[in-house]
Amino acid sequence: MAAPLLEARGISKFFGAITALRDVNFHVGHGEVLGVVGDNGAGKSTLMKILSGLFRPSEGELIFNGQPVSFSSPKDAQRLGIEMVYQDFALAGNMPIYENIYLGREPGTRFGPLTIVDHKLARQMAADHLDRLHIHVKSVDQNTEDLSGGQRQAVAIARATAFDGKLVIMDEPTAALAIKEVGKVLDLVKSLKDHGVAVIIISHRMDDIFYCCDRVMALYQGTNFAEAELSRTSRNEVIGWIMGTKGNTMTLAHDNMH
Amino acid sequence: MTDTTAPGKAGINWSKLLEGYGIVIVVVVMALALALIKPEVFLTPQNLTNILKQNASLALLALGMYVVIVTAGIDLSVGSIMALGMVALAIASKAGVPWPVVLLIGPAIGLAVGWINGIGLTVLKLPHPFIMTLGTLNVARGLTYLISNGAPVSGLQPEVRYLGQAYYDFGLFPPPAGLPASLIVVAVCAVALWFFLERTNMGRHIFAIGGNPHAARVSGINVDRTLVVVYMISGFFAGLSGLLLAGRTDSGFPNAGLGIELDAIAAVIIGGASFFGGRGTVIGVLAGVLIMGILRNGLNITNVSAFWQQILIGLVIIVAVYIDVLRRRAGTRR
Repeated sequence: MAAPLLEARGISKFFGAITALRDVNFHVGHGEVLGVVGDNGAGKSTLMKILSGLFRPSEGELIFNGQPVSFSSPKDAQRLGIEMVYQDFALAGNMPIYENIYLGREPGTRFGPLTIVDHKLARQMAADHLDRLHIHVKSVDQNTEDLSGGQRQAVAIARATAFDGKLVIMDEPTAALAIKEVGKVLDLVKSLKDHGVAVIIISHRMDDIFYCCDRVMALYQGTNFAEAELSRTSRNEVIGWIMGTKGNTMTLAHDNMH
Repeated sequence: MTDTTAPGKAGINWSKLLEGYGIVIVVVVMALALALIKPEVFLTPQNLTNILKQNASLALLALGMYVVIVTAGIDLSVGSIMALGMVALAIASKAGVPWPVVLLIGPAIGLAVGWINGIGLTVLKLPHPFIMTLGTLNVARGLTYLISNGAPVSGLQPEVRYLGQAYYDFGLFPPPAGLPASLIVVAVCAVALWFFLERTNMGRHIFAIGGNPHAARVSGINVDRTLVVVYMISGFFAGLSGLLLAGRTDSGFPNAGLGIELDAIAAVIIGGASFFGGRGTVIGVLAGVLIMGILRNGLNITNVSAFWQQILIGLVIIVAVYIDVLRRRAGTRR
């Protein structure tokens, strides 16, 4: 088996007296879609912030393509092609789509500390990139505040993949969306996989996980709890993991509602 | 498929044009109205020259304030920076410091106080720029009184006065009328600022910080460093305005620009910039300055009391922002 794209070994993270993560192991393969589940406070977000360079682990190591790496800022992770899509999309609503996609990495001519931005080139690059991902917008000049939630999510994903992204980490990608837009965003996740991009999805929604993931792992109280190929588990079992029970095959109360 | 044509290329986008430059129409209408009411005074070259000269310092302060307001910040210290720069350069000029050095004193003081403002905001992490710049407003004003003993300093070298005082009549206008040098200073600053904000990455980052600081941060933008630069730009323009004012009045007076930071804020807001950051244009800011300048001038030449001027300017601020509110509401109902 080839080395995984990104691997974490023995990760612990302490915030003062609080242990957010203890000895967590993790890996995601090239072009794999991994679902990460867990209850509030299970450590999902902390783990993702470590993977994307926002936090440094207190213990443990990260291995990218077989090489040990350490990130002191999200920029270091971005350089390797690890990008994060935030739950609130993290877009500047007052700026057009194309500027959001290249924010912080504007194409243009460098003069010392400044770059003279080539707006025309950025527009063209953004339009081409959105076409590649089959994302349809009226114009790349639209401000992102004028877009629907699903379109904003699509722009956020386009930004994450604009520079040869290899791994996109998505925090609750469907939580802020209208129901009719959820399918579009999940299809976009699938198309990233077709482009060879690995995706990590943090979600509470079993529908999301079972629609587009290859594998699912569960954290419980800051530790590895369980993981399985999607084909070898079931919704109820995964829901059980979130609540800290294994081998849950019983029908749950909410299944009997219908 | 995505439409890559920019608005304006395929056809003129009137609503967008009006949104961006509608304010310029207000200036033209005001000028036309005054030209009709008092043609024998308003349209004289002397009067027009005066309007431009008198408002050059405010224009520079407003340009600096605009950059700060784009980041959803505020800089209350600009009036004090202007006075400190003005008095310091007047003292230096009288003491016989070579004039090329004297010219740099105002802007240098502005950069220094701006840097301190930025550090207070980003390193000391004071909760809002209002607080840090309220502090430097007082500190810089106090320093101004301290170094001048509270008394005006007059008698500047002619080279130091040049930018604030000179005008070019091109043999067309009877003195004292013509194109003021200070207008050229304002024009150069405005064009440079426009280019910086629209065409450079740091300018775009300033808008991104105003729109969504979290988005800016996770995009790898060094938000703190950018904010320090923003307050230095504001300080720089304030120091430069001190140089213009010193030249125009041939003195440094420690009470200069008391409360003028509020005029600068008013001009920026009248010019259509959002107080909550991320929105505005350089043209709008200059139009905001001119609206206030023409209003004052118009009321002066029609012999309306100075007290009424203040009342009217207050009303203009309220009406200008209310129009903006209405327009935005119409925009979201599309």
